This record gives sequence, C-alpha cells and structure tokens, in this order.
Amino acid sequence: MQLISKDLLGLKELSKEEISLILDTADTMRLVLSANSKKTSHLQGKSVVTLFYENSTRTRLSFEMASKFMGASSANISASGSSVKKGESLIDTARTIDSMATDIVIMRHQQSGAPHLIASKINASVINAGDGMNEHPTQALLDMMTIRKHKGTLEGLKVAIVGDLLHSRVARSNLWGLSKMGAQVYLAGPATMVPPGIERTPAILCSKVEDAVKDADVVMGLRVQLERQQSGLFPSVSEYARFFSISEDVLKMAKSDAILMHPGPCNHGVEMPTAVYDSPQSVINEQVSNGVAVRMAVLYLLTSRRNQ
Amino acid sequence: MRILIKNGLVIDPVKQSREIRNIYIENGIFVSGNGFVTDREIDAEGKAVMPGLIDAHCHLREPGFEYREDIVSGTRSAARGGFTTIACMPNTSPVCDNAAIVEYIIHKAEEQGSCRVLPIGAVTKGQKGSELAEIGLMAEAGIVAVSDDGRPVEQSDMMRKAMIYANQFGLRVISHCEDMSLADGHMNEGIVSTELGLKGIPAAAEEIMVARDIILSEYLNIPIHLAHLSTARSIDLVRMAKDRGVPVTCETCPHYFTLNEEAVRGFNTMAKMNPPLRPESDREAIIAGLVDGTIDIIATDHAPHHADEKEIEFALANNGIVGFETAFALAYTWLVRSGRMSLEKMLAKFTTDPAKILGQKLGTIDSGSPADLIIADLENSFVFDKKQIVGKAKNTPYDGFELYGKIVMTVQGGKIRYEA
Ligand SMILES: [Zn+2]
Ligand SMILES: [Zn+2]
Repeated sequence: MQLISKDLLGLKELSKEEISLILDTADTMRLVLSANSKKTSHLQGKSVVTLFYENSTRTRLSFEMASKFMGASSANISASGSSVKKGESLIDTARTIDSMATDIVIMRHQQSGAPHLIASKINASVINAGDGMNEHPTQALLDMMTIRKHKGTLEGLKVAIVGDLLHSRVARSNLWGLSKMGAQVYLAGPATMVPPGIERTPAILCSKVEDAVKDADVVMGLRVQLERQQSGLFPSVSEYARFFSISEDVLKMAKSDAILMHPGPCNHGVEMPTAVYDSPQSVINEQVSNGVAVRMAVLYLLTSRRNQ
Repeated sequence: MRILIKNGLVIDPVKQSREIRNIYIENGIFVSGNGFVTDREIDAEGKAVMPGLIDAHCHLREPGFEYREDIVSGTRSAARGGFTTIACMPNTSPVCDNAAIVEYIIHKAEEQGSCRVLPIGAVTKGQKGSELAEIGLMAEAGIVAVSDDGRPVEQSDMMRKAMIYANQFGLRVISHCEDMSLADGHMNEGIVSTELGLKGIPAAAEEIMVARDIILSEYLNIPIHLAHLSTARSIDLVRMAKDRGVPVTCETCPHYFTLNEEAVRGFNTMAKMNPPLRPESDREAIIAGLVDGTIDIIATDHAPHHADEKEIEFALANNGIVGFETAFALAYTWLVRSGRMSLEKMLAKFTTDPAKILGQKLGTIDSGSPADLIIADLENSFVFDKKQIVGKAKNTPYDGFELYGKIVMTVQGGKIRYEA
C-alpha cells in the first residue's frame, strides 16, 4: 500500500487507509528516533525545499529535522527574506524550485488553496504545511498519532475541540481526519467563530464548552489570535477566558483519563490556565516530538511513491 | 447590401410566435419582401432566425485595461455570441463618468466594433460614491443608464439623489447590490467555504441592498434595475415588490442558473465571481424567477481577465468570467431544452426586455427596425472550446461543456458581423 496522490494537501483528500498507513509508519519512525543513532538513509540523495510564506519556526524546524534525520539535503526559502523576489508570482517561484530537480516542496502559505495551485503545476511532491484557514494536515496527523498512542485507537473516541474554530486549519484537518477514523468530534467556541454550515459536517457543535468536554477522551484547545478582538469577534480577552477557556473545572468534566492537547503556541490564561497546560493530563510536549515522526513518515511515503 | 434569409424558423419575441418565413434586409433595416432583389441569399432551413441579442451588462475594459479586452475584441466576441447590442459598464480607467469618454466609446465602436455599443455612465465621479457624475451631459452624449457597477452605491442618500436625478434624464440606475461590510469574502458562505477554508460572502450581503433599493424605488416611485441577482431571497424580494407595483426590474446571468457553489471546489478560480456562485437551492430559485417573470432579463456580466489574474491564489484571483460566447447556448440548453420555458419567452429576456430597460427601440424583427438578427442551430449539440473564444480573455468555467444553441450567423445593422 502507498499514498495515492503525489502530494499531501489535506486530510479531506486522504482515505482512512492512507491515514492509517501514515500513522503506522510514524509509529515506526518514532522507534527510529528513540534509537541511539537517530538517523536513517531513506531520503539519501533527495532534495527537500521548505517554502514558507508565513513565519512558523516550529513547523519549519520540525520538517527540517525530519528531512535531516533521513539524510535528505534541504534548503529553506522564506518569503520574508530575499529568496522570493518581490512581485514574483507563486507559480513562477514554484517552477523555479521545480526546475532544480527538487523532490519535495514543503509549503506554508496564508492563502487557502495555494499548495493545491502549486501541486498542479510542478513535478515535485507538495506537502501542505498549513494553508490559510483550509488545512494543516501534518499537525492533525501528529495529533492523531498522539491520541492513538494513548488510547490505542481513534475509533469511538469523543474528541472535544475548543476555541477559534472559524480561522483554524488545525481544527478543520482534525475534524476531517478524526471523523474518517471513526472518532466523534465535538466543537465549542464563541458563536462568532463557528464556521458556517458546520452542522453539515460530521461534528457536533455545542454552545457551551462544558457540553463539548463532558466525558471526552481527548480535549484539544485551539489558539486564538488576540487581535481578533479588534474585529468584533469577541468583546475582551478576559471575557473570552471566562467562557471559552479550558479551565481546571472544565477539564474535570472530561473522562478522568482524558488527554489534553494544544497545537501551540498557547496563550496561557486565555485558551487554558498554565496549571492545566502543565497538568499530568497534558500531552502537549509529546505532540512536538511526534511531529517529527509524522513528518518523517510523510516524507518517506511520498518519496517511496516517487521512486516507483 | 440586400440580404434575403430564406426558410428559417423565425422566432418573434414581441408576438411570442414562430413561423417559417423569409426575412428581407435592405439599407440596414428589415423590409417587406415586395419586389426584393437580393445581393446575398442565405438558406436558414432547419435553423432558428431571431432578433439580435441585447446584453444590458458587460465589461469591455477599454479605456485602461486593454490587456484584458478592448472594444474591438469585446464586440467581436459579442458578435460571435449573437449579441448585436451591448451595454458596457463604466468601471474602466479612467472611469466612464464624463461625456468625453462616452463619446470615445461610441465612436470607437462605430468605427471599429462588430456590434452596437451603448455605454453606461457612472453614477458618481470616479465611482467613489460621494459626488454625482455629470449624468445629464453623459445622457446627451448617449449613455443608456447609470451604474457604479463593480461596487455598490453604499450611501442610501447618494443612491436616492442618483435615482431622482437620473430619472429626470429618462435613465435608470443599475444597482450592483452588495453590502460591503458583509461581503469580505471570496465565495458563497456555507458548507463549501468552510470545507475549503475560504472566507465566505453571505447571501444577506446581496439581499440587504436589494431590499434597500426596492424600498427607495417604492418610496420615490422611480424605476431601478438590479444587476446580477443570485439568491432565492433576492428573487422573493423582487417578486413581492412587483406584486405591490414597485417599478423594479432585475437581471441574472447564465452562471447563476447553470452552476452552483460546488464549482469552486479544487480552488477553481474560473468559478470565482461577484456575487459568488450560490447553493443549488438558489440556482433553482433563479430558474423559477426566470420562468415566472420575476427576473426580467438575462445579462452576461462579461468580465474578461488576463490569465495571470486567474492563475493565482484563490483569494487573490479576480472576480468574473467571460460571457458573450456562451450566454445564448447556456440559456437555451438549461432553460428551453430542459423544458422549463419556451424559446419565445427566453428570447424576450435577451431582446425586447433589455431593450425596454435601456430605453431602446431594438430587439424586434418588424419592418423598419434596424436589421439585427441571428441564426442559430438548435438541433445539434456542440462542445464549447475555450481555445476558440475570439475575445482576448478565456476565463470561462464552461470549457468542454456540451451545449445546444450554436450561433451560426450574426447580422447587425444589415451587415454580417459573424459567420460560423
Ligand atoms: Zn456588479
Ligand atoms: Zn458587472
């Protein structure tokens, strides 16, 4: 079994079998990572380019470590630096990269669909490292990997996702992915930050955070950009924290063995208090290390598909 | 030149009738056939012969955006689509907000164009929404309506003044209905926008302005024409207003009754327009509005763009599609061939009704009228190929569609403007 598409654009586009394949491969990569050498040669001779139009040191580093551990040569192009010429179109940039015999382009862009546009124009495989409000597939995959490790399965779990649902590509990717894997996603957040038509997705929307979290196996907080207050989406940070944060009391409503997650970086005291973030239920640090394993798995699967 | 068009099935949108008969053209007008000697005889047997189509809403991009389209290429494209008269919107650069530009457009079209061009003047100077444009002077120069299309007249007070003033010169305002504060998005707001992670534009952004304009029209008892309606509630609002006798007219475009928001999936920028493509239920309501007469006319909103303006990130891509060369076939295929309405009724929405709204004595085949007509093949299907578009821009979502109603000849002012 291998991945069907040359690209990883989103979990919307993946089948249940493909998601399982990535998660199984990631589990193996985790073993490799915990071994002493930390190196494999799966990507020997491959060239990987990270093309980031939005700053995200965490995600970029995670991908770069993954490629390095597997022996790929990697280059970084950031749009804020001089590498991308002003006014150069996305397609021109991607074609240039493609002409340098690049195997994989890892792309982050502020516009939904930008990686899809590039993927249709170049030979290299494109990994979506976050596009606008659309998807962040490797984040959701590492979330699923983390959940699966703790719960043994994704099937039948209750997963509560809390926060700014509207702007969150992490929420969307998790919603599509978890639902495909048989988990039931519950959502809660300010009503002004609920995406339209959510009732037509597999998710169940709750008006209170407590209702979403009650008896949950997994509680996931989402980052809220505090500047959104200025566009009228919520009245104040303190009011947001009062009604929409995952407080200790809220977390108590979940199952006693529930795990707590957050894609980071977290606004402490807003999305959740520090005490919750640091609580024994929190698996947030583990998410980060699983991120490297998932990205190794994706790089491995896409390159082995290319080799055939 | 004298032209005889023989044995065609002549469709008359005025009399709402059809008969096989001959058509005679002399000195640019339709004449009766007594003692007619012809220079050219055209056999239209098995084909439909109809008045030339009138488009009350298009964008020719000249002056200022000739890299997208110009008057020569735009009118050539119109002629291929069966249009003999087109009304072009003023959002050019500079904006068509004064008599000199009106005269330029008319002159250029007469000299070099392939159909009649009727300019629409801006409502406000520079389409900025704050001061009235010289509507009277533009009326003298030949505009047929005023509009700030591309954007709404946001201030209700400015809209009211514009309606009153334009009405004094026998013109109506064509309103681009959009509440800008709600329209900060890139496609219809709903499940598809959520699934694609694109910012949505709710139907309410259109409907709020439709309601406002109807209220102003009713209060002032002055006609208003609403451009490119796309939602069920917009149509309901117009239907109720018409029942009360409000002098409101409206248009839709072929894309709103042939496509729905699903066309955007895959971040397809060819399906990006303003107003956006709506859900299937709205598409159905647009057809119902056309069938029951709530929607007066079908306009193209022909909006040419350069390939570079469409082959980019979805949110950054320009709104709009080219429309001339598909409009008739789309309407014929979706409305007539599907059995929803008669050809005569559909044709009136492309001819007599836009003529009325623009105050023109056009769209008929009566003797003495300008000889504008088209011949179409209604029997055989064809596959639309965007590579064959004769306009400069090829931004269409209909490439590869199988359609009926191919235009085989366009005659305008007694001249053959297009021949397949
Ligand atoms: Zn408009
Ligand atoms: Zn327009």
